[in-house]
Amino acid sequence: MEFFRIKKDIPFMSYGRYTTTISLVTFLFAVFFLATKGLNLGIDFIGGTVVEVHYAQPADLVKVREQLAAVGMPDALVQNFGSSHDVLIQVPLKQGLAGAKLSEHVLEGLRKHDTGVEMRRVEFVGPQVGRDLIENGALALLLVSLGIIGYLWLRFEWKFGLAAILANMHDVVIILGFFSFFQWEFSLSVLAAVLAVLGYSVNESVVVFDRIRENFRNMRKTEVTEIIDNAITRTMSRTIITHGSTEMMVLAMLILGGETLHYFAMALAIGILFSIYSSVLVASPLLMLFGVSREDFIKPEKTEAEEVLP
Amino acid sequence: MNRYPLWKYLLILAVLLAGLIYTLPNFYGESPAVQVSPLRASLKADAALLERVEKILKAASLAPEVAALDGNSVKARFADTDNQLKAKDVLVGQLGDDYMVALNLLSRSPPWLTNLHALPMYLGLDLRGGVHFLLQVDMKAALDKALEAATGDIRSALREQKIAYSGVSREGNMLLVKFRDAEARGKGEAEIKQRFNDYALNAKEAGGEFMLQATLKPEAERRIQDSAVQQNLLTLRNRVNELGVAEPVIQQQGADRVVVQLPGVQDTARAKDILGRTATLEVRMVDDEHQITPGAAAPFGTDMFKDRDGNLLLVKKQVILTGERINDAQPGFDSRNNEPAVHINLDGVGARKFKEASRENIGKRMAIILFEKGRGEIVTAPVIREEIGGGRVQISGQMNTMEAQDTALLLRAGALAAPMEIIEERTVGPSLGADNIKRGFDSTKIGFIMIAVFMIAYYLMFGTISVLALGANLLLLIALLSMLQATLTLPGMAGIALTLGMAIDANVLINERIREELRNGVTPQAAIHAGYDRAFGTILDSNITTLIAGIALFMFGSGPIKGFAVVLCLGILTSMFSAIMISRAMVNLVYGRKARLTKIAIG
Repeated sequence: MEFFRIKKDIPFMSYGRYTTTISLVTFLFAVFFLATKGLNLGIDFIGGTVVEVHYAQPADLVKVREQLAAVGMPDALVQNFGSSHDVLIQVPLKQGLAGAKLSEHVLEGLRKHDTGVEMRRVEFVGPQVGRDLIENGALALLLVSLGIIGYLWLRFEWKFGLAAILANMHDVVIILGFFSFFQWEFSLSVLAAVLAVLGYSVNESVVVFDRIRENFRNMRKTEVTEIIDNAITRTMSRTIITHGSTEMMVLAMLILGGETLHYFAMALAIGILFSIYSSVLVASPLLMLFGVSREDFIKPEKTEAEEVLP
Repeated sequence: MNRYPLWKYLLILAVLLAGLIYTLPNFYGESPAVQVSPLRASLKADAALLERVEKILKAASLAPEVAALDGNSVKARFADTDNQLKAKDVLVGQLGDDYMVALNLLSRSPPWLTNLHALPMYLGLDLRGGVHFLLQVDMKAALDKALEAATGDIRSALREQKIAYSGVSREGNMLLVKFRDAEARGKGEAEIKQRFNDYALNAKEAGGEFMLQATLKPEAERRIQDSAVQQNLLTLRNRVNELGVAEPVIQQQGADRVVVQLPGVQDTARAKDILGRTATLEVRMVDDEHQITPGAAAPFGTDMFKDRDGNLLLVKKQVILTGERINDAQPGFDSRNNEPAVHINLDGVGARKFKEASRENIGKRMAIILFEKGRGEIVTAPVIREEIGGGRVQISGQMNTMEAQDTALLLRAGALAAPMEIIEERTVGPSLGADNIKRGFDSTKIGFIMIAVFMIAYYLMFGTISVLALGANLLLLIALLSMLQATLTLPGMAGIALTLGMAIDANVLINERIREELRNGVTPQAAIHAGYDRAFGTILDSNITTLIAGIALFMFGSGPIKGFAVVLCLGILTSMFSAIMISRAMVNLVYGRKARLTKIAIG
C-alpha cells in the first residue's frame, strides 16, 4: 500500500504567495483574539480554588449554586465536569478567607444538604505561586526557543534556525488563538503541551531541511525553488504518515483520556495538525525569503592563485 | 552488509531481558499493607521488632501474606483491606506511642523481583490519591524573631559588663544602641563585636548622642533563614509522623518553601490542622514534696506528666520559661567528661529568668515539658547543679548520642521557627486516581492498537517489525521508569502515549527511505542498508529538538509537568534505541542472511 505515489514534484514554492497569505491571515486572527479576548487562564496562573465533587445522583447545578451562595460564595463558578454526576466548582481568590480553608468551606456547605458528596479533587493555588508559574512558563518557552535556534544554527545555518522557529512560533500563536477564541481553560498542562508541540514540530522542519541540504549537494545544477519543491514532495509521505500516527495517539487521548487530559490533548491535536502545514508551507518560503543558497552548505572551492613562474 | 555481529544481538537480548524483569512488578499489582516505623531516632526497626509485630498479629489471629523488614520499617501485607485495618488497630494498641503504624500499599511481586530492586512504577499523587501542599515560610518573621532576640541580648550583655548605655531600639532591619559618651561606645562596640558576630557595626553621632548601628550581615541573614526552614522541616516531619502516612515527602523547595506530600491521606482538614498546629514547650520545677499516687489526681498546685520512658512525675504549675525563649538546641558533648549532651541557647529574657530560677533551686530537678495536642510530655528532667547565667544551658547525663539528638530535635521542633502559610494545595481522591490510571492506560492501549494496525497494513513485514520495535520501546520505557522510581503522573502517562506516537516517526523515516531507494532501482539489501544509514542523521536531529523541549520543561516545570518532562526525555532515549538498534536487528535476522534477495515486503 502506498498513499503518495507522486511522480512529479509539486511546485510548492510557486504557491508561496497563497500559503503565506493564509498563514498570515490565521496568524493575525489568532493575535486579534488573543488581544481582544485574551486567554482564559486557569487557576494555575491566576490563583484560586477548584473543587471537583461527585454526587451519587445527577447533580442539580442550580441547587449547588444556591447552597454555595448560602455559605457566602455567590461568585462560585459551578459546572458539570465530564458527567452529570460530577460537578466542578471554581472559586476566585478571596481577600478575607485564607485560601487553603476555602475548599473545606465549600465541602461543608455542600455536605450540609447532601452527606453523600464525594470529594474527587481539590486544587488551591495562591497568588504567589501563580506568578511563579507564569514566570517559569515564560522562561521555559524562551529556553526551548533559544535551544532550538541554537541547535539548528549549529547543525545547519542561522537561516534554517530562524525559519524553523518562526514557523513553529506561528503554530504556538495559532494554538493560543484557538484557546482564546473558544475560551478554553489554559492551564499548566496545556502550556506543557504547547512546549512539547514546539519541540515536536521542529522535527518536521528538520526533516525537510535535511532533505534540502542533501539536495543542494546532489542536485548541483538545479534552481533553489526546485530543490525545495523536490525536498518537500519526497518527504511528504513520511510527514503525513508520522503525523497521522501521532495524531491517532493524541485523538485516543482526547476521546478516552477523560476531562483532566482534555485540553492537554486538544492543544496537542491542534498543534500537530498545524505543524504539518507550517513546517512545509511556512518554514520553506521563509527560508527562500532569507535567501538560502548553495553556498550556505558547500564552500566554494578555492581556485588556486595563479602563479607566475620565471 | 545487513548482518549484526553476535555481540550486538546479545546486547539487545540482554537489554530486552532487563527491560522485561523491571517491567514485571507492574503486572502484579499492589495489596493493602501496614507499615510500622519507629518514631524515635534511638529505636531501630530490626529483627526483634519484626518478631514482635509477627507475634502481635499472630495473637490476634491475623495472618499477613508477607511480613518483612524494609529500610527503617516493618511491613506486613494482607489479602484485603479488612484485615489490614484490623491489623492496624491491633498494632496501634500494642506497640504504643513509640512506633508509627501507617496504612500502605505493597507490591505483590515475588520476593526474587524485590531482591533485584525491581519495583513497580512510583505513582504520583494524581494517580494514587493524596494531598500535596506547598507551604511558604515567612522569612520576615524569622528575621524579626532573631532581631527581637538580639535586642534583648545586647541589653543584658551591656548591663553585665556595666557599660553605660541609654537605649537599645529596633528600626526596621537595624538595631540602634545609644551611649552617653564616646568612651562607653568604644567599650560597647568591642563587647558587641565580640559577642554578636552576626552583626556589622557602624558608629554614628547625631543630636549629641553617640550611637552604634548594628545590621545583620548578609551571610548571617541567610543562615538564619536557612535554619528557620530547616527547623520547620523537622517540625513538619514530627507532625506528619503523627498522621500515620506511609511515605510522606517533606522537602525544601527554593529558598523559602516546603513541599509536603501525603499519599493516601483523605482527611485534608485534619492534615492542615496538624501541619499548622503550634506546639509549646515549658520549663517548670519538679515537685518533690508530694508523693505520686498512681491513678489519683495530682495534688494541689502540681500537674502530673509522663516522661519519655513512661514514668510519672509531678511538676509545679508555675512556669519558669516557655519554648519561645529557646533560640536553639543542638546535640553535642559535655566538655568536661565527653558525655553526650544537649546545648540550649536562650534569649536575653530567658537567660535572666533561667539564672534566677537556677540560683534558687540548686540541687533540685527541673522539667522540660512538650505540649502537643493539649497533652504534656516531659522531654527531660535534669538536676540543677549550679547557677546558670548567660543563657547557655547544657543538659547532660544518662543519655546516649541518639537520645541527645532526639531531645535537641524535640526542643527545637517544639515550635515552628517562623510561621508558614499554605500557598498551594492539590488533593486527589482515590476514586479519581483510579479513574485516571484507567483512562491513561486505555487511551495508550487504543492509540497503540490503531498505530499497529495501520503500520502493518501499510508497510507489511517492515511495519510488523516497526510495531515490535515500538512494543520494545514501551517495555524499555516502563522498565526505565520503574528502575529510576521516577514519579509517574497523569501527564506522565499522556507522555508515554505521546512518545509512542512520536517514536514511530523514526521507523516511518527508515521505511520511507528504503522504499525510495528501491524505487531508484537499488537492490533490496543495499536499500535496507542505505535506508537505515541515511535516516539516522535525520532521526538524531529531530529527536534532539524534542529533547531540548523536554529538558526545559523539566527545569521549569513543577509537579505533574515535571513527570511529563521525565517521560518525554526518557521516551526519546528508549525510542532511539528501539527504532534504530532493535528494528535493525530484526530486519537483519529476517533478511540479512539471504544472499540473493530480490523482493522485500515493505508494501
